[in-house]
Amino acid sequence: MIEMQNLSFGYSGGEPLLADMSLTVQPGSFHFLTGPSGSGKTTFLRLCYADLLPSSGRMMAFGRDVTELSRDGIAALRRKVGVVHQDPQFLDHLPVADNIALPQIVAGQPVNTDLISDLLDWVQLRQHGAAFPPSLSGGERQRAALARAVIMTPDLVIADEPTGNLDWDMSMRLLDLLIEFNQEGKAVLFATHDLNLIRAAKQHIQARVLRIANKRLQLAGADL
Amino acid sequence: MKRGELRSLDIAALWRGLSRPDPTGIDRVVPPTGFTAQLTVFAAAAMAFLAVFALALALATGRLAERWSSELAQTVTVRISAPPDQIEQQVATVMQVLQTTPGIAESRQIPDADVEKLLEPWFGPDVPVEVLPIPRLIEVTETGDGIDADALRLRLQGEAPGAILDDHTRWREPLVRAASRLRLLGLFSLVLIAAASAAMITLAAKAALAANGQVIRVLRLIGSRDITIATAFVRRFTQRAALGALLGSVLGMVAIWALPTVDEAGGFLTGLGFQGWGWLWPLLIPLVAAAIGFWATRSAALRMLREVR
Repeated sequence: MIEMQNLSFGYSGGEPLLADMSLTVQPGSFHFLTGPSGSGKTTFLRLCYADLLPSSGRMMAFGRDVTELSRDGIAALRRKVGVVHQDPQFLDHLPVADNIALPQIVAGQPVNTDLISDLLDWVQLRQHGAAFPPSLSGGERQRAALARAVIMTPDLVIADEPTGNLDWDMSMRLLDLLIEFNQEGKAVLFATHDLNLIRAAKQHIQARVLRIANKRLQLAGADL
Repeated sequence: MKRGELRSLDIAALWRGLSRPDPTGIDRVVPPTGFTAQLTVFAAAAMAFLAVFALALALATGRLAERWSSELAQTVTVRISAPPDQIEQQVATVMQVLQTTPGIAESRQIPDADVEKLLEPWFGPDVPVEVLPIPRLIEVTETGDGIDADALRLRLQGEAPGAILDDHTRWREPLVRAASRLRLLGLFSLVLIAAASAAMITLAAKAALAANGQVIRVLRLIGSRDITIATAFVRRFTQRAALGALLGSVLGMVAIWALPTVDEAGGFLTGLGFQGWGWLWPLLIPLVAAAIGFWATRSAALRMLREVR
């Protein structure tokens, strides 16, 4: 699904922020990515959905080298990968239900209203379907973003510190949704610096915990 | 980002996107932009209104140049001024000379009633032509081969000293030149109007695209193709440009139609307008405006998309 070999990246060709990284993300796997702020977690994830391209090394996504993808190829890749950001962006002039349906709309598919209702139920936002994004709380925005990320039934969901601004209960609720998604055989790549959240998750699923330290990707210690 | 990477935005693909219905509602992803929308419609309407007049001017001056050219090129006038006791004799002599001159199809003395009409704009009605020392005029129509004006002038000089041959060259050429120049100016105005429209629509489209940079980034991140994003913007601006231009063109046509009618003495003003099928020309303006909107928005969208991966 995602395969990195000796990948390095530096902004504008400068000093590498990430160096010599190798990783394989298999279908149905659950990976946590942790590391101190500024270690390059977001950069690492952006490489996974071709928002950035590696400076060197090899980055394969769904069997294709991302450096050789056309812009339409990148769009196709992003339809196979759902992304939830720490600060999810919506189109504020559209209701939440339409924002969740956006990936279907831009893919030229008919909007599946039953699916959207199911997703609103899943993320417990049924009563907010007609609301506009600015009226949502932080947790509601994250759950709406998750619903949007999974509407195309992607093979992989990338979550970039989605619980960064949430309290513990809300963080757990979001984690539960991702675990549920993972249990359907889909892969999850979850960046967080909340070690308690990782420990809580490991009570329910088998997850690998990766840490970015000194520009490199490492397997976290046994305490995680 | 390299230029070649936006190959998917070729004209044919964009046109296919525009001509297809929008069942999934992709156009909704572009937020309504009240000010730029109104600006585009207003600019297109104002430019189309001006374009109708420039078009009318170009067509009218074209017709005028043609008319003056064709009407005057095949005719000459002989003007006879002589003392009252000699004038009839000289008119008869001139008529004889003209009948034996090669290249003349017809010659006729302009009747007093017609002369009176010619003078009416200056002297008013009921001019007592007979008491005025007005020269006699003979209108000569040439054959296709034309006449040798210099030879005829010499002959008239010898046989009827009061006769002067006027082949209209002196004032016909500057008039035709002026009319042709006016036509060129009209066409140049059309080009300027098109360029100004393109500039204004590009500015409005760029403003709308810049204001929607975040929308474009979100759409790309969730897997939207460039063509999908560009189509949504291009469709909106093309429609606005066409709608504004249609309004402006119709208003312009009504204004031209409502111009006061002036008889032939009005000369140039009588010709300002459209005749027959010519009324269809202004209907091309909304099509041209739509094409300008299409190109301008496409190039603005290309520039914007180049900045987003």
